[in-house]
Amino acid sequence: MTAQGKIAASFDAEKARADFEILSREVYGKPLVYLDSGASAQKPRVVLDTMRDFAQSEYANVHRGVHFLSAAATDRYEAARRTVQKFLNAAREDEIVFTKGGTEAINLVSYSYLAPCIQPGDEIVLTVMEHHSNIVPWHFLRERQGAVLRWVDVGDDGSLDIEALDAAINSKTKLVAVTHMSNVLGTVTPLKDIIARAHAKGVPVLADGCQGAVHEMVDVQALDIDFYAITGHKLYGPTGIGALYAKRAHLKAMRPFNGGGEMIREVMKDRITYADPPARFEAGTPPIIESIGLATALDYLSSFDRKAVAAHEHDLLAYAREQVGQFNWLRVIGDAPGKGAILSFEAEGMHAHDLATILDREGVAVRAGHHCAQVLMERFGVTSTSRASFALYNTRADVDALIAGLHKARGILV
Amino acid sequence: MDNALRELYQEVILDHSRHPRHHGVLESASHKAEGYNPLCGDRVTVYLRLDADSRVDDISFQGKGCAISQASASMMTQLLKGRSQADAERLMTGFLHLVKGEEASGLSEDDRETLDVMSGISEFPMRVKCATLAWHTYKNAVEEGKNAAEEGAT
Repeated sequence: MTAQGKIAASFDAEKARADFEILSREVYGKPLVYLDSGASAQKPRVVLDTMRDFAQSEYANVHRGVHFLSAAATDRYEAARRTVQKFLNAAREDEIVFTKGGTEAINLVSYSYLAPCIQPGDEIVLTVMEHHSNIVPWHFLRERQGAVLRWVDVGDDGSLDIEALDAAINSKTKLVAVTHMSNVLGTVTPLKDIIARAHAKGVPVLADGCQGAVHEMVDVQALDIDFYAITGHKLYGPTGIGALYAKRAHLKAMRPFNGGGEMIREVMKDRITYADPPARFEAGTPPIIESIGLATALDYLSSFDRKAVAAHEHDLLAYAREQVGQFNWLRVIGDAPGKGAILSFEAEGMHAHDLATILDREGVAVRAGHHCAQVLMERFGVTSTSRASFALYNTRADVDALIAGLHKARGILV
Repeated sequence: MDNALRELYQEVILDHSRHPRHHGVLESASHKAEGYNPLCGDRVTVYLRLDADSRVDDISFQGKGCAISQASASMMTQLLKGRSQADAERLMTGFLHLVKGEEASGLSEDDRETLDVMSGISEFPMRVKCATLAWHTYKNAVEEGKNAAEEGAT
């Protein structure tokens, strides 16, 4: 092990790696080097096993059931909610709404919280580094209700200009919607500062935590944040499950989103009353097995020293950054201080898709394209980038494979 | 390098992508269309000048993209110049079959030989859209691009 490797002494990536069976497979006869966890993380054995065990021994529909299994499944489902509560350090379990992912969580806020109070000319403050899932729901309010989207730029290194953000918040601002960690740049935003400044002007804040919650410790009470969205599949959990944290007072004031079973108190021919949150926002049969999977994934992640995991990921980023920094044919996009373990870049003479194709044949999975962040692509004057994203199970050997693949691609294309 | 990659990025393709033929705006275009691949954000504009019989009198393209999309666009312009619509249609159908690894019947021997360098793409299903972007854009230009070119000219 090298000197840098020892920083993460309290976290053993090789050991954790053994929890992910898929990482021992090959693609095109080469060992898989998975550097696309920013798009979706692989799942540890314990998550897959727990989901299967639950489905095999305790599964039934949740709530309302009188029978044994329904009660057992309901207990597990509600326990999963408490696991999410604990993970985000929310004050109450009923501040956690299960959704099908981060996208639905943000759409829920757009539809149920903001839409009813938006007047033409009201403003929503966004940064240019938002994922489309934290842009399009606000565009809906622009298109349909005349809301104004106010964009906050990032510096050339990808860091957020907090003063510009502060200046963008005015008496017309109804919400600040900002990523916790950019899925392209890796930039981690100063949420605490953003929230303090927004609250000083009476404006609530939503954070897209789909990336942030994976790499940073989140304490929604310490942050005093209004809304925080997470998705399960980037947190080493299954797809089809995510959650919205929202302050109790907001949830109570929000109108229902989807209509159907479970979200009502009483339905008559001519009137209806709704269930209290969070049930009000969980119409229909929820992703029950997936909720158990998410809770297991969060327990798995929390079983490690999270600071040591973060240090390990930062070590991988620094190791990769140092090497690509020596290539005069490669431009890194996103170099903000304290950024998370995502490396986006464009390489001279190599289009991201050609590069990704060649890397793929070496077993190296990276993402190429606009990363659902076209506003950011425009900001940096590119149509696409290549992106390597690091997770707890990656090692320096993965970085070495990436670097070797880059050289090989250059040999072919340039 | 593995054979599939060698096949995909063979010299002819790289040459077309580095030095695309008929690249740029065709000022005298009668038809034009813009193609967009939402997967990667690549754009291509195809310009055409069709004569009275709808023969491709001249053709050009503009845009930026991956080696496959640029090479495909470049080769397409070379192939289509001077062709009748029926001929162009036949080429396109043959090409679309070829890149999907299907039997490309109806191509002349010469055309098949020219297009054969693109057949390696069939091993890379995720990249077929890169290769077909320019061709679909060409078809749009013929079918719906008359007004677009006129607007562009004013």
